[in-house]
Amino acid sequence: MVLEARGLIKRYGSGVVALDGVDLEVGEGELVGLLGPNGAGKSTLVKICCGLVRPSAGSATVVGAPAGSPAARAALGYLAELFRFPGWAAADEVLELHQRLSGSDGGERERGELLELVGLADARGRSVETMSKGMQQRLGLAQALIGRPALLLLDEPTSALDPVGRRLVREVLLELKRRGQSVLLNSHLLSEVELVCDRVLIINRGGVVTRGRPDELARPRGVEVETAGGTRLFEGAGREDAPRIVSELVAAGESVYEVRVLRSTLEDVYVQAVSE
Amino acid sequence: MSGALVVARHAVRESLRRRVFVVVLLLSVVFLALYTWGASELFDEVDAFDGNEFDVQPDTLAGATVLGLAMFAILFLGAVLATFLTLGAVRGDAERGLLQPLIVRPVGRVAYLGGRLLAAATVSAVYVVVLFAACVVVTGVLGWWPDRVVGPALALAGAAVVIAALSLLGSAVLSTTANGIAVFMVFGAGLTAGLLGQIGESLDAKTLDRIADVGSWVLPFEALYQHGLSLLTADVEGPTAAIVNLGPFGGAQEAPLALWPYAVAYVAAVAALAAWSFSRRDL
Ligand SMILES: Nc1ncnc2c1ncn2[C@@H]1O[C@H](COP(=O)(O)OP(=O)(O)OP(=O)(O)O)[C@@H](O)[C@H]1O
Ligand SMILES: [Mg+2]
Repeated sequence: MVLEARGLIKRYGSGVVALDGVDLEVGEGELVGLLGPNGAGKSTLVKICCGLVRPSAGSATVVGAPAGSPAARAALGYLAELFRFPGWAAADEVLELHQRLSGSDGGERERGELLELVGLADARGRSVETMSKGMQQRLGLAQALIGRPALLLLDEPTSALDPVGRRLVREVLLELKRRGQSVLLNSHLLSEVELVCDRVLIINRGGVVTRGRPDELARPRGVEVETAGGTRLFEGAGREDAPRIVSELVAAGESVYEVRVLRSTLEDVYVQAVSE
Repeated sequence: MSGALVVARHAVRESLRRRVFVVVLLLSVVFLALYTWGASELFDEVDAFDGNEFDVQPDTLAGATVLGLAMFAILFLGAVLATFLTLGAVRGDAERGLLQPLIVRPVGRVAYLGGRLLAAATVSAVYVVVLFAACVVVTGVLGWWPDRVVGPALALAGAAVVIAALSLLGSAVLSTTANGIAVFMVFGAGLTAGLLGQIGESLDAKTLDRIADVGSWVLPFEALYQHGLSLLTADVEGPTAAIVNLGPFGGAQEAPLALWPYAVAYVAAVAALAAWSFSRRDL
């Protein structure tokens, strides 16, 4: 396991219980999405994994090393939800600093490739203070990718991005998967998570309420058929049931005008999970 | 260690880019100009006392007083610089989101603090030494060379390092503004303790002396400064020494030999405390 968390509990000083016993695993090359309402504890979980926050109980390991240890930190790239780079530094300088800090020997070539990857090739010499929020987020993503870390912890990497930027991040995520790098992705964009993630965890009030593959979670909800007598819903039926339903209806003398297989979207699953 | 150096380099670069040094340089030039003007006026004035019946050397009196004043100003400027470079190193930078991307890197928190201390200590120490050297040369050219030069310079540098360490510790516990206020209250407390000591000495008041003693161990930048001050006139004797000692900046006491090892241990302890507090903080 690239990331393994067991029974994580976090109580902040203020008495807030941000995490209440969370287990989590991210395998090699796996892309796991973390969903949940505001204040559910997603960022807290990610911060524990990168050693910024100390858990009150439970443990987390990154590539086998305790979270927060130098070995664990060396294996990860982190994009925080709220972060800033020094305003005076140019994009290239920010990446250079992080190359030094992470011991990457990729040099100018790595920096160029990463800026290209996140669509900032033209902004190489531009200082951070002259960049828009979305450009800074792109730079943050490039920073997280330095040194090809085994694990990427991305806390809402697309929150400031335009639609094209979001698509670009999706492509980057798929590319990471191809390279065998693992990703834990926090996001509020269900469609994004549904499109790229291998597995999804939904957490609410510090606990995992649902977990599974996106296509498993988005279960068929039924088959809806329009006949001369009106719309009829066959609850619980799936796509494979559709021909049988139609032939039975036809055999019973009904005229079938339209057949729809209804699926609950990840959104339905999400809304249900967090409102329980 | 190399991680700390990367952080230190980054911190120095930041202050260069943010034009901190331009401001500091301008202030220093203004200070030196004023100092040269004031000192030369003073030397001109005391020339009238030359060959007086009390056998007081007027140039020594003028030089020691004016260089003592300069040391006070240099200590202040050095403290401002040291504080400025460390003020928000932990909590301030964490609140702005600058810190998190750095310390999740393998360098970690302790090396980060070490780097910040290294940068602030080196920059402010070099600064006070250069400024002191300039003042010594000005004073010397005008008519008086102090008895010791290296000792006072090192003492000033040491005082600046102590203040940098205290401000760094403050940054791990307090928000930027609160830390700024705290450091200057501590600075003021140290100076007050020193002043009480001088008053105590001249009035022979034991309680004041004791307060000052405790103060200078708790805040050793004051003891270092007093020590450096006393070295300026280490070899002056006779009536001149008596008069120099009456002046508000000339009445300093030479510290026991333990001061230097104590100051080193003090900085190490303050840094360790900062690291301990930092390592327990959720960011
Ligand atoms: N430093 C802190 N001190 C005290 N409480 C905190 C701190 N950080 C987070 N919390 C609390 O912990 C809970 C979880 O916060 P967290 O930031 O992990 O949520 P999140 O799932 O990332 O939310 P969002 O979707 O808004 O980013 C919240 O109730 C929050 O108020
Ligand atoms: Mg969050």
